Amino acid sequence: MDKNISFTLRVWRQNGPTAKGHFDTFEMKDIPGDTSFLEMLDILNEQLIDDNKEPFVFDHDCREGICGMCSLYINGHPHGPATGATTCQLYMRRFNDGDTITVEPWRSAGFPVIKDCMVDRGAFDKIIQAGGYVSVRTGQPQDANAILIPKENADEAMDCATCIGCGACVAACKNGSAMLFVSSKVSQLALLPQGRPEAARRAKAMVMKMEELGFGNCTNTRACEAECPKNESIANIARLNREFIKAKLND
Amino acid sequence: MANQIDSRIPEGPLAEKWTNYKAHQKLVNPANKRKLDIIVVGTGLAGASAAASLGEMGFRVLNFCIQDSPRRAHSIAAQGGINAAKNYQNDGDAVYRLFYDTIKGGDYRAREANVYRLAEVSANIIDQCVAQGVPFAREYGGMLANRSFGGVQVCRTFYAKGQTGQQLLLGAYSALSRQVHEGTVQLFTRYEMQDVVVIDGRARGIIAKNLVTGKLERFSAHSVVIATGGYGNAYFLSTNAMGCNCTAAVACYRKGAYFANPAFVQIHPTCIPVHGDKQSKLTLMSESLRNDGRIWVPKKLEDAKKLQAGTLQGKDIPEEDRDYYLERRYPAFGNLVPRDVASRAAKERCDKGYGVNNTGLAVFLDFNEAIGRLGKDAVEQRYGNLFDMYEEITDVNPYENPMMIYPAIHYTMGGIWVDYELQTSVKGLFAIGECNFSDHGANRLGASALMQGLADGYFVLPYTMQNYLSDQITVPRFSTDLPEFEAAEKAVQEGIDKLYNVKGDESVDSIHKKLGHIMWEYVGMGRTKEGLETGLKKIKELRAEFYSHVRIPGDKEGLNIELDKAIRLRDFLTMGELVAYDALNRNESCGGHFREESQTEEGEAKRNDDDYMYVACWQYNGTDDEAPTLLKEDLNYQYIKVQTRNYKS
Repeated sequence: MDKNISFTLRVWRQNGPTAKGHFDTFEMKDIPGDTSFLEMLDILNEQLIDDNKEPFVFDHDCREGICGMCSLYINGHPHGPATGATTCQLYMRRFNDGDTITVEPWRSAGFPVIKDCMVDRGAFDKIIQAGGYVSVRTGQPQDANAILIPKENADEAMDCATCIGCGACVAACKNGSAMLFVSSKVSQLALLPQGRPEAARRAKAMVMKMEELGFGNCTNTRACEAECPKNESIANIARLNREFIKAKLND
Repeated sequence: MANQIDSRIPEGPLAEKWTNYKAHQKLVNPANKRKLDIIVVGTGLAGASAAASLGEMGFRVLNFCIQDSPRRAHSIAAQGGINAAKNYQNDGDAVYRLFYDTIKGGDYRAREANVYRLAEVSANIIDQCVAQGVPFAREYGGMLANRSFGGVQVCRTFYAKGQTGQQLLLGAYSALSRQVHEGTVQLFTRYEMQDVVVIDGRARGIIAKNLVTGKLERFSAHSVVIATGGYGNAYFLSTNAMGCNCTAAVACYRKGAYFANPAFVQIHPTCIPVHGDKQSKLTLMSESLRNDGRIWVPKKLEDAKKLQAGTLQGKDIPEEDRDYYLERRYPAFGNLVPRDVASRAAKERCDKGYGVNNTGLAVFLDFNEAIGRLGKDAVEQRYGNLFDMYEEITDVNPYENPMMIYPAIHYTMGGIWVDYELQTSVKGLFAIGECNFSDHGANRLGASALMQGLADGYFVLPYTMQNYLSDQITVPRFSTDLPEFEAAEKAVQEGIDKLYNVKGDESVDSIHKKLGHIMWEYVGMGRTKEGLETGLKKIKELRAEFYSHVRIPGDKEGLNIELDKAIRLRDFLTMGELVAYDALNRNESCGGHFREESQTEEGEAKRNDDDYMYVACWQYNGTDDEAPTLLKEDLNYQYIKVQTRNYKS
């Protein structure tokens, strides 16, 4: 049986993209260990509403680690201290009685704050729109089994495709680089025969868009890989670099 | 019984209806497509695939979602897989068999023609998704792999690890992104539809709330498509995402779109049990686990008591003292019976006192035998991510101790009524995906929701939409200054003001939880006339409480998450009542709807085809205070022999 814990919670409050932010501090009492982190924030918000105060704003939706909507920089880690898990999959049993827990938004030039810890990640959509797809029409493509794909390649493409687009990689990176996100999509499609015809164009277009939107460069600190809730590998970044250089050489 | 509603099913033999429709439907030429606008609300599998396909065809599409990106729609959470009648396994699968399984699984409450079309286009979906680069699981030879799923005897489910919904949605999202890049689709993220605007009997636009600025905005188009999912969150605790809501669907219902079969709600048998009153949602464990997991409770009541007290562990109960109740009751299908049957069987055991956790509301799902047969590595390969997720949530290692599961609200078969063309009873208003009622009857089979969403969006709506728009080519674009837009926006604003001005003392969530309790208690897995009448009374009382006690802090302008939740709750209250009205009317047990008055001596569901073989369509009467009017669409089975569902032999 999980035990209850009490702790100090510091959360980032900010009224808009240009407003000055600050921390609010709350004492949380007797929170059961089997409460998820976001449920703990729900409890905080119920208390705030009881006091007729505005609730703390954060993004969340599926609460099972797959939609990529939740974010939060908790005690210096995107998605908190657990590895391979999103904030919504983090449970309070990971924390100790008497802890101070600090909650901040993703901080990156590419992700402006909307309110409190809710940020605008529209830049990721723009990067995908630049070329993160196979150009195939809706209709009657050839039979699915006409394209044979070795199991190893399919499995590796699947691992790359597991990225949920949450932005933790950007938040973790001291350069604010989106390379892990971009390289995961580029890798998934580069590994599959369906994606090869557009591989060069895709790599160039997505990298250019990423730079245009103000994301930084990769300096191989591997912070992104360490914090990625889906364990995306920086081998993807190496693959992206190969695809990009190949494309440039052919120009 | 007179049929009151025409579903506009094309003439001809079943297998030729869709082909004939496509051959004879009216088209819109490319130059005219550019002059026609379509609003698509929602970016899940149905919405994203429809917006992408319609944009690619040349229409101007406006696509809305409430999340920060189209990729976050709740289709993403579907785990197990997608069905298609490919017969890649050479196990006798065929379009007809998928059609038959779906009708039978739906307990003979779905339309034959729609379901046949669904089965027919299922194979195209797999082709389409593979071409997009969806990384489905493969065999060593490079061919696509399949797994089996509940309610069927063939292997027709395609999957991408335990993340099939995610991969299919990312496929549709990539197609959508390509169209955004091409300029055919315009995206509106963090927007929520509040109302549909009807001009001269046709849907011509929407009023949407910009969730960041808090402002209402008007959008006009030649037709409107809603793809906004189901209403499972009326029960508060469900496997739906926190943002899933029925506000768009209820807005359409209030504007005259019939709501069909709302009582048909699916309760999924394999969810992680409820743990406390602070819980915000329930987590689904994929149905695919039932392929290798065996479901049981103790045979002896005293063992159950010890499990509930925490003095005994499941793994310590010897084999002979375990009751594998699904294998016992349904030898032919065993642990793979359809979801409704598995859910009720779990409730039956727990009601008798055999529950295995501290609340007495859980049963075991055990992999011990599978680990012995296949080895731990093979089990990990198949279900590793699900096992990890289970351990993270419960702090119990499922390789060593059996998992605990219990049924939870998962999917809603009921929805906005649509005809064969997926058009609602309001002209020019279409509903696709989970949001409509069309294909699953009274119970949906596993891995069929993804199939239906994509079938509607990629392969059905793009055709039927052209047929509708073909005589609209001379209709110019609409101004949003028209009085109909003015009136609709004013009404929405008044509704919002009314909620905001209550200034009471109860949070939205606390009232929503009360609604959830009423729904689960009186409109849940086992329904009775008395219980439903009590439920209806309690919902009415709760609505009064809501309008006198809800507290919405913060400003009315700007981003206000409590205000947005309050609007959704207002509509969940309407929806909850609708489910109860329909459940009360349908005095039979079929699929996910179980009336305790209507069961066999062995406790199996008893259908009443003489009196209830119809789609119940509910028409709004202008106010929530008045009961809706029931209209009936008869179901005529011409190609399938209607039988009692039997999963025993």
